[in-house]
Amino acid sequence: MSYKPVIGLEVHVELKTKSKMFCGCSTDYFGKKPNTHVCPTCFGLPGALPTPNKIAIEWCIKIGLSLNCDIPLFSKFDRKNYFYPDLPKGYQISQYDLPFAHNGFVKLKTDENKTIRIRRVHMEEDTGKLIHGIVNGKKASLIDFNRSGVPLVEIVTEPDFESAEQVNEYLQKLQQIIRYLEVSDADMEKGQMRLEPNISLKKSHPEQREEYRDSSSVIRRPQNDIPTYKVEVKNINSFRFVEKAIHYETERQRKILEGGKTPVQETRGWDEKRQITFSQRIKEQEMDYRYFPEADIPPFRWTKSQISRLRSQIPEMPDKKLKRFNDDYSMSGYYSEILTRERKMAEFFEETVKIGKKYNINAKKIANTIINKKIDANSILPAALVQSIIKQSKKTVVDEEELKNIALEVFRKNPKAVDDYKKGKNQVIGFIIGMMKREIKKPVENNQLKEVIENLLKIQ
Amino acid sequence: MRIDISRISKLANLSLSDEEKGKFEKQLDETIEYIDKLKEIDTMTVDPTSQVTGLENITREDEVKPSLPQEKVLSNSKSTHNGLFKVAAILE
Repeated sequence: MSYKPVIGLEVHVELKTKSKMFCGCSTDYFGKKPNTHVCPTCFGLPGALPTPNKIAIEWCIKIGLSLNCDIPLFSKFDRKNYFYPDLPKGYQISQYDLPFAHNGFVKLKTDENKTIRIRRVHMEEDTGKLIHGIVNGKKASLIDFNRSGVPLVEIVTEPDFESAEQVNEYLQKLQQIIRYLEVSDADMEKGQMRLEPNISLKKSHPEQREEYRDSSSVIRRPQNDIPTYKVEVKNINSFRFVEKAIHYETERQRKILEGGKTPVQETRGWDEKRQITFSQRIKEQEMDYRYFPEADIPPFRWTKSQISRLRSQIPEMPDKKLKRFNDDYSMSGYYSEILTRERKMAEFFEETVKIGKKYNINAKKIANTIINKKIDANSILPAALVQSIIKQSKKTVVDEEELKNIALEVFRKNPKAVDDYKKGKNQVIGFIIGMMKREIKKPVENNQLKEVIENLLKIQ
Repeated sequence: MRIDISRISKLANLSLSDEEKGKFEKQLDETIEYIDKLKEIDTMTVDPTSQVTGLENITREDEVKPSLPQEKVLSNSKSTHNGLFKVAAILE
């Protein structure tokens, strides 16, 4: 019997608004003194009134739109109740049955026609940070609430992934979309993007039908052999670790299933040192969060024009841009891929092309220069790059014959250098180039000189 | 009994003695029974209500306001350590 992984993903993204989700505390908490970015609203103290951050909600909806979601015209916040010290209120303000966005999808490239369905995109608040350690010889947990209340968007997929590779591609894509939208830096190391795969295995039947569309065009999958358990791996902060955790879990669960047992439904963590997942807590019963509508925050009702206004503010997304780059600049997919990886780079390239046109420098030449010279879009202006390309192309006009003569003259004056080179001291070539440059007195490319010298010394 | 008192006390993070468990289980059951009376009313035409103000789309601009100073934040706490709240260890 062979088994096939069934994987779903929950991704949390911290938005880069200036202020928190429900109060005016600054979100600039990273590396700051603990408990200095908090107020009565963060703590849910009596009398405090949470008021949602307009920008955060708009960004959440934009993420939903970029993931091809429907935006319900009515939405609200709910309280998710649980007791844990990272949440001083005893509940988290989140969304339950009416999220800001739902029913989206993302298409993957590697597996033709592979579509990952997005179940929901909802808005909530981040929790405080717990530090576990020993204080005065006793185990204790310490809490910093600076992060508590920072806007957090949760993106939940259907269990559509069948391999760690598909998960990885989806995550890269999601991160790229978030960065294009400029709603978060999605820096994994800073915890701005957090990943929680849930993994189980099902029996694999080669004859099983592929996905199909029902009468209302909704993508459906055959429902047989859905696993009766799922294992959630919490808070992984790197794409590589997710891949490793999935590989590890798949193996672990396969062994249990082959032994005729069912893996325990539980939450596990990833231990990077030991390269294993480990049990964090067994879910004896499904957690009961007793969701109910957040009474302090009135609901939201959008008009279609409000949603289309938000849609119109979304920049060209990476997939579209890549296709356009291929078409407009007749570039290879590889070049377009590199140039569209970051929005800033793509815009820098196009701006440079626009200026380059005036000087008859074509897009390919510019793409070549940016990629081969690893140009940093943050450290040079497009016009300056064009100037440097013009200068560069002027450099190579020095006549080859003339260069040869100069080289021979340098050789004659420096027999020791030539000797050293022949003995294998390759670095001496730098000295010879320097001597030649002194004679030429014109800007010339080192590589061209190097070639001339090497050719001559090979003949000698 | 429709009340699972052990589970409810766990969710509410309350530790109850066996005696208390028996007492509260009975009381909560009576409470539910009382509320069941509401089922006698026909609510077919009544919308569920979780909001009474009639307000919608209440938001604030993304502007930073001052937070509380750290001393004030920690002032009501029984135990702190280096500017952090301290609680009994929650993970082994």
